[in-house]
Amino acid sequence: MTIADIHEVPLDAIDRRLIEAYQRDLPLCPEPYAAMGEALGVSEAVVLDRLHHLQERGVLSRVGAVIAPHRAGWSTLAAMAVPEERLDAVATLVNACPEVNHNYAREHRLNLWFVVTAASREAVADVLADIAERSGIGVLDLPLERAYGIDLGFKPSWS
Amino acid sequence: MKTGERSKATSLERRLVKAIGTGLPLVPEPYAEVAAALDTDEATVIATLEAMLARGAIRRIGAVPNHYALGYQANGMAVFDVDDDAVAELGPVIGAFDFVSHCYRRPRNPPFWPYNLFAMVHARTRPAVETKVRQIRSRLGSACRGDTILYSRRILKKTGLRLAR
Repeated sequence: MTIADIHEVPLDAIDRRLIEAYQRDLPLCPEPYAAMGEALGVSEAVVLDRLHHLQERGVLSRVGAVIAPHRAGWSTLAAMAVPEERLDAVATLVNACPEVNHNYAREHRLNLWFVVTAASREAVADVLADIAERSGIGVLDLPLERAYGIDLGFKPSWS
Repeated sequence: MKTGERSKATSLERRLVKAIGTGLPLVPEPYAEVAAALDTDEATVIATLEAMLARGAIRRIGAVPNHYALGYQANGMAVFDVDDDAVAELGPVIGAFDFVSHCYRRPRNPPFWPYNLFAMVHARTRPAVETKVRQIRSRLGSACRGDTILYSRRILKKTGLRLAR
């Protein structure tokens, strides 16, 4: 999808409070959505209904865990400079790798950026080598060396 | 976190992360539902998630927003060429800006890629991204020899997290 296809979704006060309050610390108790409802002064059914709709409309990509990089195998950020006329074909080739979880076209000579995650450093290197061989285009390997800042989620300022 | 920290994930942890990779079920008792699918019990699922959070294997559990649908349509990957001697000190300062969602040090790859500090900057418009990147640049001062912004043009693939097998 192109960025322009994603429209801002109108949100009401309950939606906003859910997004502000629960990007982290989803309750780890048997009935987390009921606990969230209690904290927000609404019913469990309202919380579930809102989360379902926010996911359906693409406001939330999911309600779930954000995993730390390099704690479960190895990952890297890879970049390629793909001739414009081959971008779709190369993107298809890259996307077909199950080890690729994010792939973005960006405005730069290096116009294809994707994240490769696999069990080991060697397995990631194999994926990059395979993509380079099949596309005939070099792949830059830019693994994370250090993460700065604590990932507390996103603090939107509502327009 | 240091590069090269290897997985201490147990088999249950791997299966659990895989099971909730596309999200927790939106049902009254989501952990019990996940437990049933993994042939374990709810208390074990909750205890395992708590342990993974405590040791940092999971950063957070919660609602994962899509910046674009929140109206932040001008997300830029800002990259900087920062002195190797200064980057360890400056990285945390840049990572602490509230408009930076992720800040990472990555290797340079000259001559194609001279940049070693990456910051994801979120704003509603490109001029707003550029104002924020100027703020970063000004904080980096003379330690920064160059910078650029790579705007995303298309999302070609975005799947939930996955634990490698």
